[in-house]
Amino acid sequence: MKLGKSSIALAVVAALVLLAAIAVVGLNRDDELPRAPEIAARASNAELVARGEYLVRAGSCYGCHTEPGGAAYAGGRAIETPFGIVNAPNLTADATGLAAWSSDDFWRALHNGRSRDGRLLYPAFPYPNYTRLVRADADAMFAYLKSLAPVAKQNRPHALRFPFDQSAALAVWRALFFRPAQFETDNARSPQWNRGAYLVETLGHCNACHSRRNVFGATAGPLDLAGGLIPIQNWYAPSLRDNAEAGVGDWPEREVVALLRSGVSARGSVQGPMAEVVARSTQFLSEDDLAAMATYLGSLPDRPDATRRATGDSDAAFVPSEAGAKLYTTHCAACHGDRGEGVAGAYPALAGNRAVAITPPANLVHMVLRGGFAPATPGHPRPYGMPPFATVLSDEQVGQVLSYLRASWGHRAPPVSTLEVSRYRGAR
Amino acid sequence: MQRKQIVRLALALAGVVASGAALAAPPFEDTIAQRVIACTGCHGKEGRAAPDGYYPRIAGKPAGYLFNQLRNFRDERRHYELMNGLLALLDDAYLQEIADHFSSLDLPYPAPLAPVGSAAQRDAGEALVRRGDPARGVPACNDCHGAQMTGLAPFIPGLLGLPRDYLNAQLGAWRSGQRRALPPDCMAQVAQRLSPEDIGAVSAWLAAQPVPAHAAAPPAPSTPLPIACGGVAAAAGTASAPTR
Repeated sequence: MKLGKSSIALAVVAALVLLAAIAVVGLNRDDELPRAPEIAARASNAELVARGEYLVRAGSCYGCHTEPGGAAYAGGRAIETPFGIVNAPNLTADATGLAAWSSDDFWRALHNGRSRDGRLLYPAFPYPNYTRLVRADADAMFAYLKSLAPVAKQNRPHALRFPFDQSAALAVWRALFFRPAQFETDNARSPQWNRGAYLVETLGHCNACHSRRNVFGATAGPLDLAGGLIPIQNWYAPSLRDNAEAGVGDWPEREVVALLRSGVSARGSVQGPMAEVVARSTQFLSEDDLAAMATYLGSLPDRPDATRRATGDSDAAFVPSEAGAKLYTTHCAACHGDRGEGVAGAYPALAGNRAVAITPPANLVHMVLRGGFAPATPGHPRPYGMPPFATVLSDEQVGQVLSYLRASWGHRAPPVSTLEVSRYRGAR
Repeated sequence: MQRKQIVRLALALAGVVASGAALAAPPFEDTIAQRVIACTGCHGKEGRAAPDGYYPRIAGKPAGYLFNQLRNFRDERRHYELMNGLLALLDDAYLQEIADHFSSLDLPYPAPLAPVGSAAQRDAGEALVRRGDPARGVPACNDCHGAQMTGLAPFIPGLLGLPRDYLNAQLGAWRSGQRRALPPDCMAQVAQRLSPEDIGAVSAWLAAQPVPAHAAAPPAPSTPLPIACGGVAAAAGTASAPTR
């Protein structure tokens, strides 16, 4: 029998597809353990529950799994992604939540990204980070969630576009971008540094915002903290590896702790999505854990991204416009001062403020359009607020006043165009 | 009509801008008024927004009402993106302080704008406000908001001195379920029994009424309201879900 060239090619392709499918299925089952039914005694330990509550807060679960004004952890919040909407499920101990789950089921969700019923989970749930949790922490978190009063609230199905709604597509994504992993202690570093690394990379999943995502929505991994534009929200999570952005290599540890604890520090305050992180998560962490995070973050090497700086060097292009200066005097100077000096403890200085010069200027645009309060925390219970200017200034005017800031008081950052402002104005 | 509203809104905003410019750089003081400059940008100097725009005045309104509205915006029972965003991360204690601050201001109300709509429309509005429509189960506005419609402290707001556009928008939002209060949501029930024409009539009449001098809301009598209201029941300590 003689086979034609095309038949051979077809057979080879078929064999490759089969091998790839086997590989995808195999990789998706990687490191899964057999699951045992729950041992009832395990979940009734008050100390375990308290530790679990602490870890659930450190893991920032509240922000996605609680609707505004809704019962805590009862789910329902719609997470918008470039691929469609992912609805965060109910985590309370109701039949519509985790009532039927065992700690093995919970571990498999966190470590392997697979739900109790065998479905693959979408990585909007940050299991690429949680996979490195230690089992004892996952068990404590589960014990806490099981201790919550049951709230009956049916989960809404996700609303993802084709092909992202297909489990095969998700399986391929996982084969490409996800492996179950363990947190590796770096013995050359102190226990405090390692604790900080665990909190930042694993539980706190900081890179979910503070890194770039590729076209498939994947990050380069939990160690990539080099900054990125948050999809849909379009706030820029600045680089934690660049002291001109959000790097803290040159900050005293106590200022990092103050920022994460109260939302404000002598070096700056949090706004936007990071304000939510402080309000929902880091303000509840212990002094030791915040110090550990500061140690770890402070140890990250200062590696500015040359591509982001490239346009900021020539002075000639950045002459502040008259219109911008006038807008500043009219709308901004009363609080931020004629020379951008601000008012200590109330209104941030704009001179010498690194947030003013960051490219992309997304956060500046959001601040001017929406205004904002720093979060109310026990350490800072009565924050000062900035009014929104969305109804007062046109896109062109916002661009003019921001371009003025970015070329004043020693700043040498590229101007902000009308087009950029209108793009960010459209974001949620 | 739409264009007219936009022009009116633009003029109102221009007014805000102009007054902001005239008031450049008051000395900084560590006061609650200083902390809530974020509010007065839209709601006018000291929260006294005039009836010629969209934004309601907040100065002098009952503290419990203001507190409930701040919580409703924070918890997204009311929807206005700028308000939702500003309040998202503020806790009950601070919202109460903000409410108390604006409530404590006793500022003069400006005269109402010239009446709009036909006399017949305003008459229909007045009838609904003063007598309701028992056949449809619509209580009179007076029954809850006070004989003078200046509200009842601490939870029921006055209805005078508000822009017509704002009144229309709120009644419409209640009718469609866009604006909500803590359950039972009495105003949603009332608004759902009104037609769009009823709403237009009520708003046109209310917006044309002058506010009596010393319009502070008197304390609510102990008699029950004609309809149960979650926002008023909150007096008994029915708290909403915790912030965190």
